[in-house]
Amino acid sequence: MYRERRAGSRGGRHLGIWVLVRQYGGRLAGTTLLGGKVLCSAAPAGSAFYFRPFPCKMVASRAIGSLSRFTSSRTLRSPGYFCRNFTRAPPLMARTHINYGVKGDVAVVRINSPNSKVNTLNKELQSEFIEVMNEIWASDQIRSAVLISSKPGCFIAGADINMLTACKTPQEVTQISQEGQKMFEKLEKSSKPIVAAISGSCLGGGLEVLIIQSHWWYSSALAISCQYRIATKDRKTVLGAPEVLLGILPGAGGTQRLPKMVGVPAAFDMMLTGRNIRADRAKKMGLVDQLVEPLGPGVKPPEERTIEYLEEVAVTFAKELADKKISSKRHKGLVEKLTSYAMTIPFIRQQIYKKVEEKVQKQTKGLYPAPLKIIDVVKTGIEQGKEAGYLSESQQFGELAMTKESKALVGLYHGQVLCKKNKFGAPQKDVKHLAILGAGLMGAGIAQVSVDKELKTIIKDTTLAGLGRGQQQVFKGLNEKVKKKALTSFERDSIFSNLTGQLDYQGFEKADMVIEAVFEDLNLKHRVLKEVEAVIPDHCVFASNTSALPIREIAADSKRPEKVIGMHYFSPVDKMQLLEIITTEKTSKDTTASAVAVGLKQGKVIIVVKDGPGFYTTRCLAPMMSEVIRILQEGVDPKKLDLLTTSFGFPVGAATLVDEVGVDVAKHVAEDLGKAFGERFGGGSLELLQQMVSKGFLGRKSGKGFYLYQEGTKNKNLNSDMDGILASLKVPPKPEVSSDEDIQFRLVTRFVNEAVMCLQEGILATPAEGDIGAVFGLGFPPCLGGPFRFVDLYGAQKIVDRLRKYEAAYGNQFTPCQMLIEHANNPKKFYL
Amino acid sequence: MPRCRPPRDPALRSRYMRRKGRSPRQGKRPVEEGARSRRSSQASGGQPAKPVGGARRGPFKQAPPLGPTDSRRLGPNFTRSRGRSGVGAGESKEFRMTSLLTYTFKNLPTTSKCALRFSVRPLSCSSQLQAAPAVQTKSKKTLGKPSVRNVVVVDGVRTPFLLSGTSYKDLMPHDLARAALSGLLHRTSVPKEVVDYITFGTVIQEVKTSNVAREAALGAGFSNKTPAHTVTMACISANQAMTTGVGLIASGQCDVVVAGGVELMSDVPIRHSRKMRKMMLELNKAKTLGQRLSLISQFRLNFLSPELPAVAEFSTSETMGHSADRLAAAFAVSRAEQDEYALRSHTLAKKAQDEGLLSDVVPFKVPGKDTVTKDNGIRPSSLEQMAKLRPAFIKPYGTVTAANSSFLTDGASAMLIMAEEKALAMGYKPKAYLRDFVYVSQDPKDQLLLGPTYATPKVLEKAGLTMNDLDAFEFHEAFSGQILANFKAMDSDWFAQNCMGRNTKVGVPPLEKFNNWGGSLSLGHPFGATGCRLVMAAANRLRREGGQYGLVAACAAGGQGHAMIVEAYPK
Repeated sequence: MYRERRAGSRGGRHLGIWVLVRQYGGRLAGTTLLGGKVLCSAAPAGSAFYFRPFPCKMVASRAIGSLSRFTSSRTLRSPGYFCRNFTRAPPLMARTHINYGVKGDVAVVRINSPNSKVNTLNKELQSEFIEVMNEIWASDQIRSAVLISSKPGCFIAGADINMLTACKTPQEVTQISQEGQKMFEKLEKSSKPIVAAISGSCLGGGLEVLIIQSHWWYSSALAISCQYRIATKDRKTVLGAPEVLLGILPGAGGTQRLPKMVGVPAAFDMMLTGRNIRADRAKKMGLVDQLVEPLGPGVKPPEERTIEYLEEVAVTFAKELADKKISSKRHKGLVEKLTSYAMTIPFIRQQIYKKVEEKVQKQTKGLYPAPLKIIDVVKTGIEQGKEAGYLSESQQFGELAMTKESKALVGLYHGQVLCKKNKFGAPQKDVKHLAILGAGLMGAGIAQVSVDKELKTIIKDTTLAGLGRGQQQVFKGLNEKVKKKALTSFERDSIFSNLTGQLDYQGFEKADMVIEAVFEDLNLKHRVLKEVEAVIPDHCVFASNTSALPIREIAADSKRPEKVIGMHYFSPVDKMQLLEIITTEKTSKDTTASAVAVGLKQGKVIIVVKDGPGFYTTRCLAPMMSEVIRILQEGVDPKKLDLLTTSFGFPVGAATLVDEVGVDVAKHVAEDLGKAFGERFGGGSLELLQQMVSKGFLGRKSGKGFYLYQEGTKNKNLNSDMDGILASLKVPPKPEVSSDEDIQFRLVTRFVNEAVMCLQEGILATPAEGDIGAVFGLGFPPCLGGPFRFVDLYGAQKIVDRLRKYEAAYGNQFTPCQMLIEHANNPKKFYL
Repeated sequence: MPRCRPPRDPALRSRYMRRKGRSPRQGKRPVEEGARSRRSSQASGGQPAKPVGGARRGPFKQAPPLGPTDSRRLGPNFTRSRGRSGVGAGESKEFRMTSLLTYTFKNLPTTSKCALRFSVRPLSCSSQLQAAPAVQTKSKKTLGKPSVRNVVVVDGVRTPFLLSGTSYKDLMPHDLARAALSGLLHRTSVPKEVVDYITFGTVIQEVKTSNVAREAALGAGFSNKTPAHTVTMACISANQAMTTGVGLIASGQCDVVVAGGVELMSDVPIRHSRKMRKMMLELNKAKTLGQRLSLISQFRLNFLSPELPAVAEFSTSETMGHSADRLAAAFAVSRAEQDEYALRSHTLAKKAQDEGLLSDVVPFKVPGKDTVTKDNGIRPSSLEQMAKLRPAFIKPYGTVTAANSSFLTDGASAMLIMAEEKALAMGYKPKAYLRDFVYVSQDPKDQLLLGPTYATPKVLEKAGLTMNDLDAFEFHEAFSGQILANFKAMDSDWFAQNCMGRNTKVGVPPLEKFNNWGGSLSLGHPFGATGCRLVMAAANRLRREGGQYGLVAACAAGGQGHAMIVEAYPK
């Protein structure tokens, strides 16, 4: 639905180091020595915190996005998983997760969780690990140790989230944290040097080994507590402390070790954003000591040999460490030295805490407790010593794990894992050739996420100018990655060669799927459908990228309606993670499987919904938008409305959202859905939108909407020409439902009510998809976990009460739906 | 001009066809087969089956023997001789015929084993020949092809290869190339107007002489009526120059081609930055003072930072040494192995130099300096000394060091290649035939330097030879690790099956036949000139060591590779 180009908001995204630079850079060094360039390279502009000001759609994707990158490869395990080996006989115990061999005087500890693609820290692995380490410490022959995973592509992908969710009280969680702390501290203090050899994801607990952290995210924790870290330099190898994305903190000592290792600013940046850090950057930061280049094929598969090589290199380093030929202390550059010197000055430290806290407050609106606790715990550790730090860490960890926010975020994580799977099975024919009709923002965006996934993509437009613009958009997107060093210019070129731009239907006879992204006009869509069906092969899927036109109406003209499906992408396509797939009664299962497979390939989180006016996402948004208009008509200032919505957790203010979406689009949708749903979708007067359109206030794209948009200026000013329109359509506010809180709830309850109705009507298959769709597609506050999680956590009864109250004031727009009432009457939950 | 034709004799023709359908290594032949078939062909060619005394070119003892290993090409060879006799190419053919027999007799004792091994396979042949002595043949045949002219190397020379920054450091590339060309003129005494074409390889181009072949030829006293062009294909540029020449001759466009290569690493083009260049170019076009001033006002100090020639692969941004180190690691080649191999190369090169085997080197009087007569990069050291060096690329734990890599080198090479009949007509005694060649390319990231592994089996198959048929191997040694990784790749079934799409491994060249006179590690590696050195080394070794087939192979930046069969010219 949101088709408009987003203008990136650059402001206020830097955290941590950036703060330091801005505040003290100049003063400390007197010159530009500490200036932005050097230090900032350690905290690049992308270090967005949870929530970016806008656009809404990007918000959550950002918050959970980085989560997905590692979680997608994880296998969810049943809670009973770690109970399996209780029957083993201790003396004969063959270890299942860990074994070790001795090479010379170096013990090589290999982690290899059985029957799983990844290694996850759980109780069993942990106890085996402790056993092995004790043996190593006791042995006279062994002078050093190497810690390595036998699985290519995964060191330790954090700890089992279910361990956390299984806990009922904060104390249980605290205890888990303390056990982790102890284990990792022991490791850290080991008299025999331990080298962590990392290949693949090393997140959370994994990093703590490196830093050794909590039960959860041990892998990072594990890595951090080792004396020396060697990582393979490939794209799969990422380090990070993503706990914050689950609303918790690095609970196994991570908050204490990380600042010492990479410095306070960088540690804050890592822990507060939770982002993944690639191996080469980790080396620069001092998170790893050596890099090993991945190898090509030799006399065995490359991955296998790379792991072997990593081990060989690690063993030599372990030996040298034991022989004291090398030191695990890192040579610090001048900038680093200055930074760490600055950190010894209490005043500067205080200022940093303050600044970081302010930044977090500003970005989270105080809705997320975890980041603030992280700052707090780090501060405790630094100011009051290690003991206090550890204690505070484990306690806060326990408390955070019990918060609603954490539960909501963990729920989103699970939902996302679910929506990253193709439950329709493998399609009969893999899509290799994709054709896209329309080189507009959406078409080009779809092309952009396809070409780099080895999909041969044709993009067709009707005019050379339009086509050129689309091709340029794809190129620009790829080129941005080159600038960020995520791609080489050569890779860009070879990826770009997957794209063919053309004005005719040449090559469509080979297409496995056609996605149309032409203008939202039913007649036009019918026309292209006919044209396309004349040239495509029988197996080819026809997907329509529409935000509101019912798919069954588009399919009505088709010769093969079973091959017609809706694929609703969100703009900007390369940033928004959600893809809403719409099926009609006639759509075949294989067609759906094919569409989901393509979407997953494109890296999307996918919800599959039934056809209906507005599908799921647009339908939920429409009543809320209508309420926005009414609230504005009632005289609430757009700026105030924005503030109210963002402080509720929406990433983008409601008035800004209308501008971003485009007033004409909003009007179009409001009219369409108004016709389909009648009075229930009413509220605000359509007149307002109509007048805005007639005056050319189309939102950001025309430079004027509720706000004025000017190139190069950051501050938005209200569009004073709107005053007249608003005044002419003013309605008197109803004081009983016009408090700030009421305004917030009027918006949210309409949204939630409509979402639940979608589930009730079968548009949605599961509440999980509803939550993912709302958070990833519409910017529903992630801290609330999505409309269904919100009902569960907030209480269905309370929501129904609210709705009744507003119903009394405004009528049936607020009538709670049947399912919601049922959930209120006999307390039921959407999630068990 | 004499051309080859298919056999006219119907009996021969049918046999030719029949055999063509057979795989070279399919079966064993009866012992006599080689000899028989050869003689049958001679008979049908109407030539006297006795030595004609080698005529005036002296004792051509080493006949191009017939190869039971490749029956496919049996017919064509005979055809050629027939064809030639038909158009009266006269003597050359006769030498071949006679030499066939003389060679056979002469080599009887030494080759019998070989012959036995290769000659067992059922065959029907004309009855008149069945009485022929059983084991009179060297098991191989010559690799000539029907309807393709034979291309021979008359001779080749090179300047001494020097470490860059030494005696050649003040020269320009075309000076070096000129030295090689003059040396060639001197060595072969070829009349300059006979040369139809000149082609040279080079990698880092001097911008002033971008067609260095032309500039060098003009200065070296070649006719200004002889066209020249320059080719580039990284480390196999000279090979490309040679095969370009082969193509020109084989297709009948030329009879005499000079091919060579040059590289001067003492001087490389270091450019102004793009911004500076842009400003300078715009300044050129600026008309008014105002325009100029406004352009100059855009000048920033960083415009002055120079742009060095890329030392890395463009596609992967990885330097070659780095890739070699990874390659060595991928094949688990140890540092010790690499040092040992490098030491071997230096030791052998030293020996060859001391024994005067490097006869392709021509002295070069460097203007203003002493005459250079020898390569100066040959420095046999000890393993202990080598072990002390730090890794040069992957620090601190890599295995590729300065001692086990080829060094930056200045040098030029040139060779005279001709159509066989032309050479003979001019009274030359060629050194070798240039036979089948291939170019290959692979993944420039992980298999950058595996060209020889890919090219070797391909060229052998093309020529119908096996590893065992080869008497001399001349591989380009970019790095010890690269050579050893290639060996391991050639020795690996896994690699053959998973990376090359072959059922079985390629097989490793026997070390006793491998780069016996040193290689790029010790002699040096002027990128553009190494190809000719390899071919001349192979040709000279075959002449001296008495073998028939040599294999030249090299890897090159961009993940490319090359291999060529060099066949000794019968003495």
